[in-house]
Amino acid sequence: MRLKTFKIGGVHPPENKITAQEAIKSFPVPSTARVMLHQNLGVASVPIVNKGDEVKVGQVIARQEGFISSFIHAPVSGIVTKIEECVDASGYRKPAIFIEAKGDEWLEGIDTTATLVSEIKATKEEIIRKVTEMGIVGLGGATFPSQVKLMVPEGQKIEYVIINGVECEPYLTSDHRLMLERPHEIMIGIQLLMKATGASKALVGVEANKLDAIELLTNVAREYPGVEVHALKVKYPQGGEKQLIKALTQREVPSGKLPLSVGCVVNNVGTAFAVYEAVQKNKPLIERVVTITGKGLKTPGNFLARIGTSIADLLSYCGYNADHEAKIISGGPMMGKAVTTSDIPMVKGTSGILVLEEGVERVAIEPCIRCGRCTRVCPMGLEPYLLAMASSKKMYDITESHAIMDCIECGSCQYICPAGRPLLDYVRLGKSETGKIMRSRK
Amino acid sequence: MDLIIVYAMVAMAGLGITAAVVLYFVAQKFKVIEDPRIDQVAEFLAGANCGGCGYAGCRNFAEAVVQKGSLEGMNCPPGGAEVMAKVAAVLGLEAQVSEPQIAVVRCNGGKIHSPQKVNYDGAQSCASAATLFAGEGGCKNGCLGHGDCVTSCPFDAIHMDETTGLPVVHDECVACGACVKACPRNIIELRKRGPKDRRIFVSCVNTEKGAVSKKNCEVACIGCGKCVKICPFEAITLQNNIAYIDDTKCRLCRKCVAECPTGAIHELNFPVKAKSAEATEAVEN
Repeated sequence: MRLKTFKIGGVHPPENKITAQEAIKSFPVPSTARVMLHQNLGVASVPIVNKGDEVKVGQVIARQEGFISSFIHAPVSGIVTKIEECVDASGYRKPAIFIEAKGDEWLEGIDTTATLVSEIKATKEEIIRKVTEMGIVGLGGATFPSQVKLMVPEGQKIEYVIINGVECEPYLTSDHRLMLERPHEIMIGIQLLMKATGASKALVGVEANKLDAIELLTNVAREYPGVEVHALKVKYPQGGEKQLIKALTQREVPSGKLPLSVGCVVNNVGTAFAVYEAVQKNKPLIERVVTITGKGLKTPGNFLARIGTSIADLLSYCGYNADHEAKIISGGPMMGKAVTTSDIPMVKGTSGILVLEEGVERVAIEPCIRCGRCTRVCPMGLEPYLLAMASSKKMYDITESHAIMDCIECGSCQYICPAGRPLLDYVRLGKSETGKIMRSRK
Repeated sequence: MDLIIVYAMVAMAGLGITAAVVLYFVAQKFKVIEDPRIDQVAEFLAGANCGGCGYAGCRNFAEAVVQKGSLEGMNCPPGGAEVMAKVAAVLGLEAQVSEPQIAVVRCNGGKIHSPQKVNYDGAQSCASAATLFAGEGGCKNGCLGHGDCVTSCPFDAIHMDETTGLPVVHDECVACGACVKACPRNIIELRKRGPKDRRIFVSCVNTEKGAVSKKNCEVACIGCGKCVKICPFEAITLQNNIAYIDDTKCRLCRKCVAECPTGAIHELNFPVKAKSAEATEAVEN
C-alpha cells in the first residue's frame, strides 16, 4: 500500500523519538504556579482576580478579551500572591498571575475521575460555549482559540474534521502517548468536534512511525461512526495544517485562505482530548501532556503537568544538570524556540522541552552556493534563498510578489541548507515587515 | 554626374527640414517645464542621497525646497549651515541656522557592563534578534550588538567596538538619521553636537524598574530621580523609570554626571582637569 502524504517538498530529519515508550506520568502540583496572561494566539486575557484572592483549581482567573482570545483558569488551588511581570521564553517580561499552592482543592462540578463519559448530551451551541468557557486552545503549538475554528460562518460547510496525530517534529512524543493511552477520549472529542461543526466525517492522520497508535486507533474507531484513521508517510512538516489537508483529502488550501475554504477544519489530537474533558467532564484546560526529552537527560519522559509549572522543575526531575551549558528548546527542534532561561513557566502551547547537549551548534554560516535545495524542500513551493536575501536587503516588494506571506515557518529550508544560512530567521523577519506593509495599505 | 550631387544635397536638406519641423512640434507637445533653480540647488547638496532630510534623495529635496518656497523645517544634515546658506542665496531666502547634530548611542551595557547570559547563534541582524529574544545580556531595551546601525550608515561614521560590543559614533557623523531608523531598540538619538563637541546624555533607555534593570546591567538608569532634583535648569525629566536630558535646556553644568549613582549619565569631550572651573564657566554662559 502506498502511504498518503503531501506532494511538494518536505524533509526527513532524524526522528529521535526516545520517549515513545515512556507512559504519561502525572507531574506533582507545583508549589507556585506562574500563569502567563498571554497564552493564546491573538489578544491577551485580562485578569479578574486580585492579589490575596483565594482560588480553587479550575476557577476562572482571567477572562477573554475580544474575539480571538481565551479564558484562563487556576491550575492550582491557593492564594494569588501577585500579578506581576514574569520572564517568558524569549527573556522579555510579560504579565503573569502568581498563585501559591495550598493543597489541591478543585472547583465543584469538575469530574476528576477517570470514568469514560461516552454519551454526548450537549448540543452544538453548548459544545462551542463549553470550549470557550474552558479556555481550550489549539494544543499543537499554535494555541489558536479553538472556539473560533468551530464557529462555521453562514453559508460555509465543513465536510471533514481533520485530526492531527502526525507529530512530525523530531523528539516529541506527547501526542503519540496520548493516542495510545486515551484513544476513547480522543474519539469522543472528535465526535464532539464533528457535532459542533456539522461535519459528517473525521479523518485522523498519523505518521507511519507510530504503528502501535495507528493500529489501536483503527480498532477503536470502528465503534465511532464517521471516523477514519489514515497512516501517513513519515515526512516533515506533515503536521502543518495545509500539508495535512493535502495529504488526507488531496485538496489544496488557496494562498491566503483558511482550511474552511476547502471544507476542512484541523485540530490536534491533544485538542480533541481537551474538548472531551471540557464538554464531558467539565474540566478546563489547566494541564497538558508535555515531553521532556534530550539525549543528555537521565530520565526523559512524558508528563501530565499543570500550566504554570516551572520548566526548571520538570527538567531537574528528568535529571538535567543545571550547571552544564545546554541549549534548551521549548517545542521541537524544527519549529521550537530556544529559551533564554529554564526558570520559565509552562504555558498552554508547551508541547515539549528539548535539551540539546553541550557541543551541539549550528553549522557555520557561509555564502549561498545556489544549490537550490531550499526551493526543493519548501512545502509551500516558495524560494527561501530569494526571500531571505530580499528580506535582509529590505526589498519588501520582492518578498510580497514572491508570496512570503504563504511561508508556514517550518524551517525545512534552514535544516537542509548545506551552507548553514539562517534562511528562516530572515524570512520570518521579512514576513513580519511585509505583513505590516500589506496591512497598512488596507 | 554633378547633378547627382545636387539632387542628393537637396533630398538630404529636405529630409532634414522635415525632421526638424516634426521634432519642433513634438518637443513643444512633450515639453517638461522645470524650475532652473532645482538644478542650482541640487548642485550644492551633498549628493549622498542619505535621506537625512526626510526625502528619498538629494534631487527630491531640491524639488521640495524650491516648490515650498521657504526653508522652514528644511535642512540638509550632511551639508549643514554652509550648504543651507548657499541654497538660501539661490532661492533669495534667509537661511535658517539649525543647530548641528550628531547621533548618540544611548546604551552602555554591552559585553562589559551587561555580561552575556545566553548565546545567540541565529542571523546576525539586530532586527531579527530583537523579535526572538531580549538580548544576550538580558536587558530588553539594550544594544543587541549585531551592527544594524553600522551597515545602515552611508557615511561610514559608526563602528562596532569589539571589546565593549557597542557601536561608537565618529566625527564623520552628519546626523542623517539612518542608524536611528535601523536600530530596532530605538537606542540611537540625534542630539545637539554642542559647543566644542561637548555633550551630556543619559546612556540608557531601559524602562524597567530599577531593581530589574540593575540586575541585567550595572550601568543602567534606575530611575532614582537624583539628577532631576539636582539639575538647576529643569532640563531632566523622569518618565517610565528613565531619565531624559533635554538638550535644548541643558547648559552642560555636569552636576548630574557626578550625582548619578550608576554612572548612566555620560559626558563627552570635556577636559579632564579643572572640572569645577569649567562648570561655573558653563553656568555663567
